[in-house]
Amino acid sequence: MLKLLRQSPLSARIGMGIVILNILVAIFAPLIAPYGETSVVGDVWESSSAQFYIGTDHIGRDLFTRMVYGGRNTIALAFITTMLSFLVGSFLGFIAAVKGAWTDQLLSRAVDIIMAFPTLIFALMILSVLGSSLPTLIFTIAILDSTRVYRLSRAVAMDIEVMEFVEAARLRGEGLWWLIRHEILPNALPPLIAEFGLRFCFVFLFIASLSFLGLGIQPPLADWGGMVRENSGAITFGIFIPLIPAGAIAVLTVGVNLIVDWFLHLSSGLHE
Amino acid sequence: MKNVLILIFKRSGASLITIFIISLIIFIGVELLPGDVAETVLGQGATPETVEQFRKALKLDLPPHIRYGAWLNDFVHGDFGNSLANGRPVAGLIGWRLGNTLFLALSTAVIAIPLALLLGMLAAFYRNTFFDKLISTTTLSFISFPEFFIAYILISLLSVKFNIFPSLAVTEPNMGLGSKIYSIILPSLTLTFVVTAHMMRQTRAAIINVLASAYIEMAEIKGIKRFRIIVLHAFPNSLSPVINVIAVNMAYLIVGVVIVEVVFVYPGLGQLLVDSVAKRDLPVVQASGLVFSIVYIFLNLLADILSMLSNPKLRQSQI
Repeated sequence: MLKLLRQSPLSARIGMGIVILNILVAIFAPLIAPYGETSVVGDVWESSSAQFYIGTDHIGRDLFTRMVYGGRNTIALAFITTMLSFLVGSFLGFIAAVKGAWTDQLLSRAVDIIMAFPTLIFALMILSVLGSSLPTLIFTIAILDSTRVYRLSRAVAMDIEVMEFVEAARLRGEGLWWLIRHEILPNALPPLIAEFGLRFCFVFLFIASLSFLGLGIQPPLADWGGMVRENSGAITFGIFIPLIPAGAIAVLTVGVNLIVDWFLHLSSGLHE
Repeated sequence: MKNVLILIFKRSGASLITIFIISLIIFIGVELLPGDVAETVLGQGATPETVEQFRKALKLDLPPHIRYGAWLNDFVHGDFGNSLANGRPVAGLIGWRLGNTLFLALSTAVIAIPLALLLGMLAAFYRNTFFDKLISTTTLSFISFPEFFIAYILISLLSVKFNIFPSLAVTEPNMGLGSKIYSIILPSLTLTFVVTAHMMRQTRAAIINVLASAYIEMAEIKGIKRFRIIVLHAFPNSLSPVINVIAVNMAYLIVGVVIVEVVFVYPGLGQLLVDSVAKRDLPVVQASGLVFSIVYIFLNLLADILSMLSNPKLRQSQI
């Protein structure tokens, strides 16, 4: 493992640096942030100073503090949602592949219909009916996103399912759970891990976009997409505050993508 | 040819069924609304009589399946009901905005499609060179950026720093074409960046896939000139995947406009949808969601039909 890390290309190292930094900041947010998440401490849109490292936001909260907590909230929410999406998606995908027949037909047709619907429009309609709260947000995005995970894990499991060792386990009389747990899952792990990175990026951008539209994480909780929205008025005065949270979103997604690229390269077995 | 027609017929039928199921989902979704629409809209202070009257006006007193039939029938005839927020007919609200959205998407497509195809082909032909790596890295970053990040960078550069283009895409019904195009330059540039990045990467992959096949190698071994190989051997075979890429990205574009419309306060369908979701103006949400879905499904259908027509192999197989 260490040897692998030492051989990693520069792009992957940059990606890992970005991701680790973001995770550390998210975990130790209360220790790093100089002020409270929602406390008003200065004037509107103050420029950077020793007191406020990168200035203040549209109602005079410290922008650095908001960035730190915003990262914590957005990343945690995206991570939980992606985990849920993977649990549901891969579980159903494996079952469809192993069981086959009408179970597969039923699940696949349902997934087809959800995927025929543009994701953002679907999410907006659900949120308009149920209202935007954290649990609704997590479940809605996780269910919509799990359709993609389902497609991949079903395809991967289909390939594994026809192998001799699965056939042998079947003939031994092993049950559905044993097959999934001991035969399918270990072999399906590498493509699923790479997909996890990609899905995380997608979910992260999706949540940021919803918050930007004012329908995601609700104020006064800090989050990067919402911060762009709140401060968007500043840009016409030549104050480039909205670019800071928007840039942070961009940097994190690029970082994750760099790692995924390296991982895909490794697991595809191509070496230079 | 008869085979293809049957295939297209089947595929269109599947799309129709999908649209039908989606209309059902949209209708049931609104039915699931906690509480009563009438009470939610009229508020706590409404007398039972006004609530009753409002329910009659919205036909809420009828059973669900009859209301679904009536709603679908009205929708097909172009009557989308009235907005809960201002009582105006939804069809009027949607018509003009849908036109605006399609105009924005179309003007983006006109720039993005040729650009993406050209870049994709160049990157495929000069693959693994510095040029290819530069383009691939740039497009990968653009895919990772949220749309509003690109939009705000363009605004701060082109409209705040240099003051060339307006940062708000204000459009009025009786505007000339020239000023209309001028006002949507920034939003359409933003969309161009996002869509070109996606399209170019897929075009590159599709063409490399064709170039790696055995018949191209055979042609090279036979000593056919490179130009002739590209025009007569590679191009016809990459047509099908490339057409598919274009149509799928157009579908993506229709949905991608939502964020960009909000950033530039452009009066399109996406902006209307977001506003109505915030106001919980359900008839407008239903209608604009359904319109968006129909356009999206139609473009995906078009992608499939075009790739069936341009790929002889697909004409033989079953769906």
